Amino acid sequence: MILIQARTEPSNTMKFVSPLLAVTLTLIFGGILFTAIGKSPVQALQVLLIAPLSDAYNIGEMFVKMGPLLLCAVGLSLCYRANMWNIGAEGQLLAGALGGSAAALYFIESESIFALPLTLIAGMLSGMICAAIPTYLKLRFNSNLILTTIMFNYIALYLLIWSVHGPLRDPQGYGFPESALFADNTLLPTLFEDSRIHLGVLFALIASVIGWFILTKTHLGFQVRVFGADESAAKYAGFKGNKLGWLVMLFAGALAGLAGVSETTGPIGQLVPNVSPGYGYSAIIVAYLGRLHPIGAIIAAVFMAVLYMGGDLAQIEMGIPVAVVSMFQGVLLFFLLACDFFINNRLTFTNQATN
Amino acid sequence: MKLKSLLVGLGLLAGASIAQAEDPLKVGFVYVGPVGDLGWSYEHDLGRKGLEAHFGDKVETTFVENVEEGADSERVITQLAKAGNDLIFTTSFGFMNPTIKVAKRFPKVTFEHATGYKRSKNVGTYVLRTYEGRYVSGVTAGMMTKTNKIGYIASFPIPEVIRDINTIYMAAKTVNPDVEMKIVWVNTWYDPGKETDAANALMDQGVDILVQHTDSPAPLIAAEKRGMRAFGQASDMSQFAPEAHIFSVRDNWAPYYISIADAVMKGTWKPQDYWGGFKEEILTIESINPNLPADVKAKISETYAAVKSGEIKPFTGPITDNKGNLVVKAGYTLNDVELAQVNWYVEGIEGEIPR
Repeated sequence: MILIQARTEPSNTMKFVSPLLAVTLTLIFGGILFTAIGKSPVQALQVLLIAPLSDAYNIGEMFVKMGPLLLCAVGLSLCYRANMWNIGAEGQLLAGALGGSAAALYFIESESIFALPLTLIAGMLSGMICAAIPTYLKLRFNSNLILTTIMFNYIALYLLIWSVHGPLRDPQGYGFPESALFADNTLLPTLFEDSRIHLGVLFALIASVIGWFILTKTHLGFQVRVFGADESAAKYAGFKGNKLGWLVMLFAGALAGLAGVSETTGPIGQLVPNVSPGYGYSAIIVAYLGRLHPIGAIIAAVFMAVLYMGGDLAQIEMGIPVAVVSMFQGVLLFFLLACDFFINNRLTFTNQATN
Repeated sequence: MKLKSLLVGLGLLAGASIAQAEDPLKVGFVYVGPVGDLGWSYEHDLGRKGLEAHFGDKVETTFVENVEEGADSERVITQLAKAGNDLIFTTSFGFMNPTIKVAKRFPKVTFEHATGYKRSKNVGTYVLRTYEGRYVSGVTAGMMTKTNKIGYIASFPIPEVIRDINTIYMAAKTVNPDVEMKIVWVNTWYDPGKETDAANALMDQGVDILVQHTDSPAPLIAAEKRGMRAFGQASDMSQFAPEAHIFSVRDNWAPYYISIADAVMKGTWKPQDYWGGFKEEILTIESINPNLPADVKAKISETYAAVKSGEIKPFTGPITDNKGNLVVKAGYTLNDVELAQVNWYVEGIEGEIPR
């Protein structure tokens, strides 16, 4: 008989062993999977996990991919710490892309040095608005934040699609659904020549440091942590839950909005219907992989970015179908999160059946 | 500046590997959908296989499926170029700006972009004369309709779609002066759910013949269920609706891919704005349903032959738009540049083009 028991204290051994166990299990699974489709498992794993970091171009692209994931994940980590179940990073990101693009198109003939900062601020504000409405509904009417933030993902998506087919469509674009290319002074500068690493990547790293500082070094962060650990204790201590809720949600909205506007003014350079391949949803995984810690999120975001890029490389280098790659990635994430279960729980083996 | 020198070295390496690649010509393909979509990407992949079958060892092909049209596509195209591909086909409109950007950095690689309008020294474009297929469909629909209502499931208000709507109507009118067009815009290329809804909405309005500008077999299946008729789009869709299927207009890319690869091998390739249709057999009519009346079948082959030989050119004046302006003078036939800019409905089609 196997029983699952909650540990009284999180296991420090398991904190260390859990990721190793997950990686081992994934390697075994990957070995079987790739052998089954007739590909060399060693080469497949090398292409999937190591090749994305193998040269300067790929490392640069990894950072480009990491940026939006990290920006969203830092905000989400703080929300989840404060028991605000924000599933809306995707919508906040798209709102940011939309608001920022509207500003960038407004500045398309402007020479002003304020054009880019104002564009970025427009993106952040749009993300904050998209986060604020569900927050208000939650804190004022106690509506379910998970549901309302999911709904706002769709609202933002369809607003963006409508805009790109309508008012923001390139008048010279033969009716295709995309905006005009932004002017140079509203594009995020790249940090290195010949690479797409842009200022947004730097914003993401700064945001995670700020997130870490708030969480661990300020009284506000202390309140957030207490709130997450024990809501009634926090209220007893006189912490204002509503104020905390507002702060973390607006912070998350601003960062996700910044991620969106950084995509359109960075690597894409215009507003298109497919701004995000689901960064806001993947960021939920990143936040948890990073153990809801802003610095942990950096490692997790790098890891996810590598996984995504490896998927494309596996198709190019080895002709592995995308479905197999997705399955491998899914299993890897499952093992990682499942093994974490044993940090707070343990299995005990007994001889007798119990009730 | 280490990164910079690395990047320079990398560029040199990429250049060297291209120069070395004498035998097999390496050809890369970027698909927007999965190869199993049974429509657009599926046919491009059949084209790739046709290319391999024709040249055997002289070509080596790679494809990447399910590529997002956002920031990711530029990376995938770059990686294909870096992997030593000499010729890269990017097969969705959303890859236009990324293709142009990557092409600038890899001047020795040849790029071909489907359906776009931007070309450069090493980027050519190719597009189908889909309206030729529509002409045959329009004549057939005009003969087959009992309610005199033809339904059109339209994807996006771009010139190709507007051109095809006009062609269906003008062609149907030649055999049936009472015919009417009903148009539903779904704003997607592939969404079986939305396509089904659109098909049902049209049939609710009395439409008995469906024409689709989307890629899934869903409208055919909807027509089959209600005993109406419909045409297959992009690939042979007869298997999905044995009774309802009239014929399929298939995109047959292999001849084009073979001719381009041949030109690149011989060093005669030049960027061009390529249009292919019946004559080039890039567009074909497949699986004419045996259950059609004999006179309809005869008319189909007659019309097909006339369009193929150039005896019928659908956009020959006089053509008046639905606002009363003469858009094509009597005796004049629109050239390709003008065809790419069609943004009016012909007289008799009700409604406005969404903007």
